[in-house]
Amino acid sequence: MGHEITVTVNGKIYAGSVEPRLLLSQYLRDELNLTGTHVGCDTTSCGACSVLLNGRAVKSCNVLAVMADGSEVTTVEGLASGGEYHPIQRAFRDEHGLQCGFCTPGMMITAVDILSNNPQPTESEIRTGLRGNLCRCTGYHNIVKAVQSAAAELAS
Amino acid sequence: MTTSIASPFEYHSPETVEEASRLLSRYGGGARLLAGGHSLLPLMKLRLASPEALIDLGRIGGLSYIREDDGGLAIGAMTTYAEIVRSELAAAAAPALAEAAGEVADTPVRNAGTIGGSLAHADPAGDLPAVVLALDAELVARSARASRSIPADRFFRDFMTTALRGNEVLTEIRVPGQGASSGSAYAKLANKASHYAVVGVAAAVRVEDGVCTSARIGITGAGPHAVRSRRAERILVGKAPGESSIRAAAQRGGVELAGQFNEDVHASAEYREDMARVFTGRALAAAFERAMG
Ligand SMILES: Cc1cc2nc3c(=O)[nH]c(=O)nc-3n(C[C@H](O)[C@H](O)[C@H](O)COP(=O)(O)OP(=O)(O)OC[C@H]3O[C@@H](n4cnc5c(N)ncnc54)[C@H](O)[C@@H]3O)c2cc1C
Ligand code: FES
Ligand code: FES
Repeated sequence: MGHEITVTVNGKIYAGSVEPRLLLSQYLRDELNLTGTHVGCDTTSCGACSVLLNGRAVKSCNVLAVMADGSEVTTVEGLASGGEYHPIQRAFRDEHGLQCGFCTPGMMITAVDILSNNPQPTESEIRTGLRGNLCRCTGYHNIVKAVQSAAAELAS
Repeated sequence: MTTSIASPFEYHSPETVEEASRLLSRYGGGARLLAGGHSLLPLMKLRLASPEALIDLGRIGGLSYIREDDGGLAIGAMTTYAEIVRSELAAAAAPALAEAAGEVADTPVRNAGTIGGSLAHADPAGDLPAVVLALDAELVARSARASRSIPADRFFRDFMTTALRGNEVLTEIRVPGQGASSGSAYAKLANKASHYAVVGVAAAVRVEDGVCTSARIGITGAGPHAVRSRRAERILVGKAPGESSIRAAAQRGGVELAGQFNEDVHASAEYREDMARVFTGRALAAAFERAMG
């Protein structure tokens, strides 16, 4: 049974009918073709599917698309603006904050949330802030460095 | 369509608590309220729950707030953990609450999960049930016709079972003022992966003229539901707080749960019993330090 929703994703308005059990992660990937949002576990554990919902990071595999009706969503595809990378994207590239890149969209989205609450986090605040985002490749050190470097850039 | 939730369900997004309550009655037990969805949706994915309908509380205005209330706090049921963590009011009036909310899961989960959902779900490993017990909170439940206030120590009845009736919506959590020279704290042994409480202890104490005049302890994670540890509390009241009274009280931390300690892949019953004592001691030491600091 369809349910009408209107969602603004990366500044663009989308309206359509969805089944209530469709997850936001599935809506973004399968209906809107925004496959930058990765699904690693589908059990709310890995954080790869994190997106900003009204400015706050959430794991989109545990939100129904109907719950996002009327909301603003930002996915990794929406971080860059005017052809310029977001400072967090530049920092992940410059600090080698990724290897295979699977966890990276969720890491960057959660990092944006952390920095919006706490623009100058300590190393330990970054590590606990990213606790719900798992990476199987990097060992986390360069991810932490990337967030520190983005924080410094955003402050300057 | 790719689906992770096997059974379809009807979806309602009422705009008032009364309407939500009427919908609950209409489905006669077949519907579930939906708050942050961070306990309910995982259960539905695992097919442990397959409600006929979900009633989303997200469109009801005015359920998300933290206000000063008669020297204490009034918190709307739809307030997220993240909002509690950011609240200076909560940090000042109920440090154990702010501390526990900050210890739940991780950044994205704290942005979605709500205080009302946590209490109504009554997960044996949830953090906030211990805190509302220690702070002696009142939980306000509303149906289409009536409203009542349930003391926290009568709210948690059994494994994932609360005093809420089938047509009631939890709307507000009232934390009474804890008084001058009081302190509260939350200490937990967290599961390394999910961060749920293997054992979590909240303590709220008051010290007047060098004597402990009130002490309340709530323990979660250890048994089928969160409980007050009254035998430990009794040791403290009327005495000057110090290492020896804290140690004596901690020895009785969780004795109420004898024979009922949880046993699972995360910890044995013996280990939980021991950790209930250890974390009672830690929560009390931190609470007394705040009360006297
Ligand atoms: C990966 C992960 C890690 C987690 N780690 C922790 C942790 O460390 N500590 C912890 O405490 N919790 C943890 N949780 C659980 C999380 O805190 C949940 O958000 C919370 O328990 C439920 O809140 P919710 O708003 O998501 O409720 P929902 O999932 O929407 O609802 C839960 C239940 O409560 C009912 N309900 C919800 N709101 C109301 C209301 N206002 N009135 C009446 N009934 C209502 C629903 O019908 C449902 O049965 C974790 C969850 C996940 C996914
Ligand atoms: S895919 Fe959502 S948390 Fe792993
Ligand atoms: S870079 Fe491969 S999982 Fe993180």
